[in-house]
Amino acid sequence: MIQSSLRPAERNALMARHPGVFHKSLFERVWAPAAVAVTAAYFVFCFFFFGVPQVLGDAQWERAGTYMADWVSWEATPRFRFGDEGIDVEWTRSLLGDDPDPDWITQMGENAYAITFGSDTNRVEVAQDQVIAVVDGVEHVVRFADGAAVLPETATDAFALKNGRVTVYYGFAGLAEIRATQVYIRRRFFGWPNFFFDTNSPFFGMSAGEVWTTVTAGPQIEPDRSNLQLAVDEFLTNSEWQHLDVYNKLLQTIVMAFVGTLFAAVVAFPLSFLAARNVTRNRLTNWFTKRSFDLLRSVDMLIWALFFVRGFGPGPIPGIAAIFFTDTGTLGKTSTEAIENIDDKQREGVRSVGASPAAIQRYGVVPQVAPVFLSQVLYFWESNTRSATVIGAVGAGGIGLKLIEAMRTNQDWENVAYMVVLILIVVFVFDNLSNAIRSRLIGSSGH
Amino acid sequence: MSMIDAGPGRTELSEAGRTIHRHYQQLLRTRRLYSLLALGGVATLLFFALWFANDNNAGKFFDRLPYFFDFFIHFQPDDPFEIVRALFDLPSPYADGSLKYDYEEGRVYLFGSVYLPEYFYQMLVTINIALCATLAGAAMAFVLCFFAATNLVGAGAVRFLVRRLLELMRAFPEIVIAGLLVAILSIGPIAAVVAIFIHTTGALGKLFFEVVENADMKPDEGLRSVGATWLECVRYGMVPQVLPNFVSYALLRTEINVRASTIIGAVGGGGIGEVFRLSLSRDHAAKTYAIIVLLFATILLIDWFSGWLRQRLVGNAAFQFGA
Repeated sequence: MIQSSLRPAERNALMARHPGVFHKSLFERVWAPAAVAVTAAYFVFCFFFFGVPQVLGDAQWERAGTYMADWVSWEATPRFRFGDEGIDVEWTRSLLGDDPDPDWITQMGENAYAITFGSDTNRVEVAQDQVIAVVDGVEHVVRFADGAAVLPETATDAFALKNGRVTVYYGFAGLAEIRATQVYIRRRFFGWPNFFFDTNSPFFGMSAGEVWTTVTAGPQIEPDRSNLQLAVDEFLTNSEWQHLDVYNKLLQTIVMAFVGTLFAAVVAFPLSFLAARNVTRNRLTNWFTKRSFDLLRSVDMLIWALFFVRGFGPGPIPGIAAIFFTDTGTLGKTSTEAIENIDDKQREGVRSVGASPAAIQRYGVVPQVAPVFLSQVLYFWESNTRSATVIGAVGAGGIGLKLIEAMRTNQDWENVAYMVVLILIVVFVFDNLSNAIRSRLIGSSGH
Repeated sequence: MSMIDAGPGRTELSEAGRTIHRHYQQLLRTRRLYSLLALGGVATLLFFALWFANDNNAGKFFDRLPYFFDFFIHFQPDDPFEIVRALFDLPSPYADGSLKYDYEEGRVYLFGSVYLPEYFYQMLVTINIALCATLAGAAMAFVLCFFAATNLVGAGAVRFLVRRLLELMRAFPEIVIAGLLVAILSIGPIAAVVAIFIHTTGALGKLFFEVVENADMKPDEGLRSVGATWLECVRYGMVPQVLPNFVSYALLRTEINVRASTIIGAVGGGGIGEVFRLSLSRDHAAKTYAIIVLLFATILLIDWFSGWLRQRLVGNAAFQFGA
């Protein structure tokens, strides 16, 4: 090693030559660990301040799995009721159409059904007097006594008994709840069900090729609409996914960000000339304009949004107004700072050739601050496209409100996932658009 | 640009000069045309956007405008001191047992009869949400940013993955994370902390790796030449350079996050946002104004403090906002 080859004299000489490296002040030695310690202590404080142990203890973790699974999958929920005359198959809120006959349910004889969960080794056989649950190839017979299902003696971890019901879990593929009166099946599948056409649509159940041939060559389904128009209408008015409504709300959010930022820029830019002390030589005007910016900026966007929702009702107008008010303040402040920090020589040059006061600002100030300002505006546009979603959630309309509504039902998580995907696409597109405009207008050297 | 025109009384330009002038004028015309076209495009877009916004709003802009200030006229506390009483949880002379005047209810007793008024406590919750999320997010971004910088890891798979991860974290809507967690953990600040933490990691991570990419590579070279490992190069060559900028960005982010945590609070994150939304929707004027005053003062204070700290840390450069 290198250290071992240094003689003590050399070492001392080195240390004497660089005292700053070897003899640091107490502050220099201590600040980094101290900062880490303070942060750690703060986290511990927050841990108890927010009541984390209690919240985590009360949390309903089983929901988390279901909700996350709902993002990308769906459930078919048939019931097999034991009636006097045999077994009735009943579908509630069927996503498979009116009279489904899926291949994972097979009728075995007059009054017996088999439901498979992914493979033949995992199935439930429903018969009038007994139910056989096959888990990983092993048969477990569930019988009934005194109006309740009895847990089989061979039951494994996949079985649970509660209130006279035996539940058999098949992992992601679903579960079977065996009661004395019925067998309730929840069979889970990957994907978004009926994404294009709902069960009431004439196009329901068609493959992409079939839809294509129906649209291009098939007989006209409705007399007053062409098949293509019908297909588009059926897609947009899909009752499960509400495509038209989602697109409309998404456009509202985009409009909020666009109009709000544009108005803020148009108002803030001229006002910042009044606020800059090197342009307007009037202390009172400077002070007043600057404090107005502070006021607009410091009253939270939430407050503006809620106030305007009270005034104009839910919709994009409160969103536009909230973004406009807050960003006029912020853009005004940054633009004022940019103007106050400009190089004065350009202005002097323009003034020295006898230009009018307006021309002095136009050719002496604007070229210097315009790139900074434009870059700021584009950045705010980007960031507002995101924050307009949140503002919408408090009542300002747009996709945010729709998201919150979908989440409240706790059942439409697949719709939430769909909207999230759309939002992500919009954010990426607008990020790239804003970057493209920025490099086009001010060169790639800008922010 | 009339200044350039050779008007009467000025020296006539030579043939070459006139050609240059003509070309210049031509260039200027094309530029003006393009500017005009762009302006027209934006104006058309704006027109349709405004029409669309108005068409989709519950109340139409010009129908509602005359009544807009009615709300402020009717929305007034019984007397100005009611705001002070609501702010400091003092008993109200108008108390009639309703929620509107129950100012003392929300007191948070610290010890004995010393209490923290409700809104100050809720404000503290909101600030803590922001601070917690910013600290955790900054720490996470600090770890990730070095793996997203081309000058440290090259342009390979690591950079690609980390950058996409940061983009996803930045663009993922905060309310969805908050909403999902609220459904699992019930309403409370933890959902807000996690939601803001994820967004902060993405946003700061991007800024951080841009700082790292713009850093001077000479210290790194020097360290590598004496056989330092990658980790040592980052620790002694990179971190000291970029730390002031990191801290400055993190402070800016704290300001932004205090605002974000009020909004997230209103959609289920708890804190002052929730209280504000409730008091406004229940028409409690004094309480609402008290919260506005408190929020206004707090945000002003935080902005000022963080500005002062940033100036101490990185000097005036920190005031050039950017990205």
